Amino acid sequence: MSPKILPGLATLVVTAFLFACGGGGESKPAGPPGASGEAPSAALGKSTAGLITAADISMGEIDQGMVEKGRGIYDVKCQACHSTGPNRVVGPGWKGITERRKPEWIMNMMLNIDVMLETDPEAQKGLEECLVRMPNQGLSKDDGRQVLEFMRTL
Amino acid sequence: MKSPIKIAGAALGITAGLFLLMNSPGCRPTTTTTAVTGDAASKVYVKPGTHDEFYNFVSGGFSGQLAIYGLPSGRLLREVPVFSVDPESGYGYSEETKPMLMTTHGFIPWDDSHHPELSQTNAVPDGRWCFINGNNTPRIGLIDLGTFRTHSMIEIPNSAGNHSSPFSTPNTEYVIAGTRFSVPMGDDASRDVSIKSYKENFKGTVSFIKPEPETGKMSIAFQIVTPPVNFDLARTGKGVSDGWFFFSCYNTEQAYSLLEVNASQRDKDFIMCVNWKLAEQLAKEGKGKKVAGKHYSNWWNHNTHTAESTIYEEVLQLDPKDHPGLVYFMPCPKSPHGCDVNPTGEYIVGSGKLAALIPVFSFKKIQEAIAKNDVEGDFAGIPVLKYESVLHGEVKKPGLGPLHTEFDANGNAYTSFFVSSEIVKWNVEKLEVVDRVPTYYSIGHLMVPGGNSAKPWGKYVVAYNKITKDRYLPTGPELTQSAQLYSIEGDKMELLLDFPTTGEPHYAQAAPADLIKPREVKFFKIEENQHPYVAKGEKETRVERKGKEVHIWMTTIRSHFSPDNIEGVKLGDEVYFHVTNLEQDWDVPHGFAMKGAANAELLIMPGETQTLKWIPTKVGVQPFYCTDFCSALHQEMQGYIRVSPANSNVPLNAYTVSVDAEL
Repeated sequence: MSPKILPGLATLVVTAFLFACGGGGESKPAGPPGASGEAPSAALGKSTAGLITAADISMGEIDQGMVEKGRGIYDVKCQACHSTGPNRVVGPGWKGITERRKPEWIMNMMLNIDVMLETDPEAQKGLEECLVRMPNQGLSKDDGRQVLEFMRTL
Repeated sequence: MKSPIKIAGAALGITAGLFLLMNSPGCRPTTTTTAVTGDAASKVYVKPGTHDEFYNFVSGGFSGQLAIYGLPSGRLLREVPVFSVDPESGYGYSEETKPMLMTTHGFIPWDDSHHPELSQTNAVPDGRWCFINGNNTPRIGLIDLGTFRTHSMIEIPNSAGNHSSPFSTPNTEYVIAGTRFSVPMGDDASRDVSIKSYKENFKGTVSFIKPEPETGKMSIAFQIVTPPVNFDLARTGKGVSDGWFFFSCYNTEQAYSLLEVNASQRDKDFIMCVNWKLAEQLAKEGKGKKVAGKHYSNWWNHNTHTAESTIYEEVLQLDPKDHPGLVYFMPCPKSPHGCDVNPTGEYIVGSGKLAALIPVFSFKKIQEAIAKNDVEGDFAGIPVLKYESVLHGEVKKPGLGPLHTEFDANGNAYTSFFVSSEIVKWNVEKLEVVDRVPTYYSIGHLMVPGGNSAKPWGKYVVAYNKITKDRYLPTGPELTQSAQLYSIEGDKMELLLDFPTTGEPHYAQAAPADLIKPREVKFFKIEENQHPYVAKGEKETRVERKGKEVHIWMTTIRSHFSPDNIEGVKLGDEVYFHVTNLEQDWDVPHGFAMKGAANAELLIMPGETQTLKWIPTKVGVQPFYCTDFCSALHQEMQGYIRVSPANSNVPLNAYTVSVDAEL
């Protein structure tokens, strides 16, 4: 990348964060406040509560059934932005992703993107690079685990 | 040309009229400073990031739509397209939504919407659906309060001017539709008659429409045919009067010309009492008669994201002359508009819009009069109960021009007065006026949250005004429409807020936010999408030619279309963009706009598929793009489609090229 482009890129990053956190219709980290009149102060805090930890994920031999389910979810919900090769489309390519990232980090990026973008420096670095906020694709924990299994085969 | 004398007369008349209006008792405080007390602002202030306490469903009048406001702030939250096309959302423009506006007159892109009515359980709004009537080409729309979209629509046959509608029975077994205009019915020969034969050949109807509890699909259970009059408003009985329905009617003079004068002759018109449980039983027993009455019932299939039309040829009619005990008339002074039932169901309040009193009828007395056959005669064969026998009492000199009444939970009624421009609070049992406040100006309907139900939530009364005049910054000859919020928590009503409304607000209803918020649909699950042209992922995107039709299976996700390059379209083709939004998160719609498309955009919710039809008119490469700002790279969300001459050999092809991915 040429140094000349960098200042322009930096401006873009700021814009992206403004939209990520304020406007642009993105939901707040812990969802909108509930009852009317309730102060949203808790939602503005940078709590990492609810994130998946290593202890939550058990990994054994590759389970082919889960891989196939994961591939099916990938085709519908992920493939538009992620290739299974090494290179980026909108988001990073998935080849070798499980060697570069911890399983719980991957799971949290899929399931808890709002908290990750608030609290995780690596997730924030990813947004600076890709400029499009990783969408919440409405995956269940089981869905996410199956996609992770599919990733392990790449 | 009119003579100068006549012109002077007219000018004098107008001046005198205005003078009366501005100086009537209700208009005495003429500035906001005399009407608003100190802490009004704090009572309507909903601080940034917090929510209103009530959803307010307000008719859009001649916009044909349903507007949603928050109360007490008066903030406009949404306009739900119902009877009129809406280019902003693509409603009535996308292939999927077009069938929703189909009628026996063809595709009707507009109507005049008057009365929102929330679905009920045990005579209390349950937050599931909101109905609204289309007045002009008689229809009822059902809005789902999970999606805030029009979910179902039925055309009313043998009706003309669906004004007395769509009021609900206590468990939304039915919503009703009474015709404003009586008209001749039957085959072509029976309908092609002299207007002067009104009395002999014209008929009125009130229809009972059944929404299927599971699906919201609507059908007409039965229709009661009546002598020719004009039906205005109606309310269900409830509690002690459960099983009955009450309809106000005017023009019992049976005028067919210059109704302004000719339909205001009689001292009393009627409230029509219908024993709907008996009607239901008669219909079930096959006592009705199937008559011609072609009509459409349109329904949104949420699996295919597409509206479907069912066409019915006939309707079941019951004639009260054949079924004694089904229908009675009660005399009610001077062209009644409102016909409102108090929370217990015992009292029915008539609002004769030309009267200077409010009659209150007693359901108990109505039943006694029926039992004793206490009648003063009949009207076209239907018994007319004796006024004095069914009357609980009259509120004397409450104001001028009573229109409509709602109730609180403490035994009070609130009646709007158009001519004297005020709201009058009165005690239902004692028939005594307890308070009055002016409105700015000329109130039509009013609304207390739950004020038509068995358990009013109270707290506020809102005036929906007919005249705006000087209340807002002027905007040329056409001014904003307006509503006013009053507190009814204390003994005295207190004006809190003016808020502008869209279209003419007729009736409105409100329900607590907590009743509706938990129902909200955030997105449509892509797994459950059964649209025939869905693309579940970019692997399913493609382009296919079917004769002159070109179908493009397209997807959107932040921030690109797939495919975004299409070639091989020819002049003379019809191009269908079937766009699936792959997003699965709340508040991430994508828009789709095609240069030169002779309709509107698509606004596609997450997980949804919608279709835009485009008939290219020029050779060349033309752009399409996303209209709804979706990410930092929204401005990059675009594509090209190449249109070649009709005889071209360019092969049909659709693709997306990525510079650095190994796809």
